[in-house]
Amino acid sequence: MRSTVSLWFAVAHRSFRRYSTYRAATFAGIFTNSVFGLIISFTYIAVWKQNPTAGGYDVADAVTYAWLGQAMIMTVAVWSGGATDDLAARIKTGDVAIDLYRPVSLLGWYLASDLGRAGYHLLTRGLAPMIFGALVFDLHYPANALVWVHFAVSVVLAVTVSFGVRMLVSASAFWLLDDTGVKHLAAVFAMFFSGLAVPLVLFPGWTSDVAQALPWASYLQVPADIWLGKDQGADVLAAVGFQVLWTVVLLLACHLVLARANRKVVVQGG
Amino acid sequence: MSVIEVRDVDRSFVVRHRSGRLRRTSTIVRAVRDLSFSVEAGEMVGYIGPNGAGKSTTIKMLTGILVPTAGSLRVAGHTPYAERAALAQRIGVVFGQRTTLWWDLPLRDSYDLLRRIYRIPADRYRENLATFTDLLDLGPLLETPVRQLSLGQRMRGDIAAALLHDPDVVYLDEPTIGLDVVSKSNLRDFLRETNRERGVTVLLTTHDLVDIERLCSRVMVIDAGRLVFDGSLEGLHGLGEARRTLVVDLMEPAPPLDVPTAQTLRVDGPRQWLAFPAEASAAPLLAAIAATHEVADLAILEPNIEDVIKRIYSTGPAPSD
Ligand SMILES: Nc1ncnc2c1ncn2[C@@H]1O[C@H](COP(=O)(O)OP(=O)(O)OP(=O)(O)O)[C@@H](O)[C@H]1O
Ligand SMILES: [Mg+2]
Repeated sequence: MRSTVSLWFAVAHRSFRRYSTYRAATFAGIFTNSVFGLIISFTYIAVWKQNPTAGGYDVADAVTYAWLGQAMIMTVAVWSGGATDDLAARIKTGDVAIDLYRPVSLLGWYLASDLGRAGYHLLTRGLAPMIFGALVFDLHYPANALVWVHFAVSVVLAVTVSFGVRMLVSASAFWLLDDTGVKHLAAVFAMFFSGLAVPLVLFPGWTSDVAQALPWASYLQVPADIWLGKDQGADVLAAVGFQVLWTVVLLLACHLVLARANRKVVVQGG
Repeated sequence: MSVIEVRDVDRSFVVRHRSGRLRRTSTIVRAVRDLSFSVEAGEMVGYIGPNGAGKSTTIKMLTGILVPTAGSLRVAGHTPYAERAALAQRIGVVFGQRTTLWWDLPLRDSYDLLRRIYRIPADRYRENLATFTDLLDLGPLLETPVRQLSLGQRMRGDIAAALLHDPDVVYLDEPTIGLDVVSKSNLRDFLRETNRERGVTVLLTTHDLVDIERLCSRVMVIDAGRLVFDGSLEGLHGLGEARRTLVVDLMEPAPPLDVPTAQTLRVDGPRQWLAFPAEASAAPLLAAIAATHEVADLAILEPNIEDVIKRIYSTGPAPSD
């Protein structure tokens, strides 16, 4: 048990280090996130000038949301990327056979690897644009230390939920050989239902409720509402519980799908 | 005691392909049929055969990443596909065409991950790493990311990776593919040494017959999924009706020589190549030629395992379904 945990830590650590070797990509990404942060902030400012309480947000909430969105794009890998892309590539080349004969869980391995990656992206692509946004605009911050803790937990869960979704997408390559089509489709869903384009609280009527029940709400809307203090007391627990629930459901689905994929490879030969 | 037991193993694949607009037909490829053999602990066995013969398929089944369609396999007391995780602790695998290392990590980090995956005790790990670093000359490479290694360097790294956890059996699927002569020779020395010193059982697949000549006392030849030969290297020579070749340089160009005990293979100006049975003497043959032609020079080529194999491949049992 202890050695398994230490293996996952080692995998996460290696993954963190691996991403940290791509410096130029990191700087280019921070620049892009910052530019988009500016564009979206000005757009939101214009919208909230028309309707200063849209979705229960004031204009500072909205601008903060814009920067949180930029910070979360790479951290949760909204439209794809991360360790799950490695898996899809390894299925295509057949290298996945090597992953299969290792005496470790494939799901655990890729999850650990993706968490390591997310850690790196949080500290770079997450933090840097956020600081930039904070210098340019008046943002809202968590009210106290407890909210920071809740937010941190929520971000980790945002990554695990997104990992579950991306893993299912990548695993489709076991059957389709190429997951590009599924990936594009999933990216559109993620873009829309994560609230990255338009906050889910702005969705009209019942569509907002539906959107906030889907797994993609975990990516941005849930952590943002915790950060902004929209959820208080028991609501925080419910919000985090919602993310835990989706994590469990998706990881269970991944487990079943990978077991089937394993059987397919072993029985059909790929 | 046999560490590898293969009994009546069949493996077929269903290959689907489009035939026409919507119709899809499927054919069955029998990659391995009726395969039986066993390997004793500490043996070093060569497993050869032409492309598509079924070598990699066999190794995949022995690793547990492919189930046999019929028949049974046992490796180190385990049924590979049913007990893959337990078996993994006892075997090491090198797929020459792929790497088990992590592209973006320095070699040392890959080894550290393997140490954790296989739960190698710290002192064993340190000892093995030191030994392999020394024997495979990995010292200068340990801090290099795998993607920056040359093919030969990577292969050495992969071989060390397969042996770190002290496996009882290693499968090497084309470990010398793409290596230069010196690298091949060093690698062979290392394999021979490892087999002898550590008693590791080795099953080696290759297209380079020199690997087999240098390393393996036993050879198995598979062709179109069937085992067509299993025995010593000398036996293989005998099986292929080994022939020697007499190369004669005549004083004058001449039409192909007609000698009853030999077969004229080739004529190039005054030079002619004649094949004759390996066990026959060259003297009467030479006398017969000298009786009718003036001989300027001659040479005798010993049977070559490559020719022997070529002959076995082309006369092996034809695939039938
Ligand atoms: N996953 C698969 N699906 C369908 N056919 C397969 C599959 N794997 C192998 N085959 C077929 O099985 C046969 C044996 O293949 P195998 O890879 O075992 O050959 P090999 O002896 O390793 O050849 P090589 O020397 O080229 O590596 C070939 O006809 C191959 O096309
Ligand atoms: Mg092969």
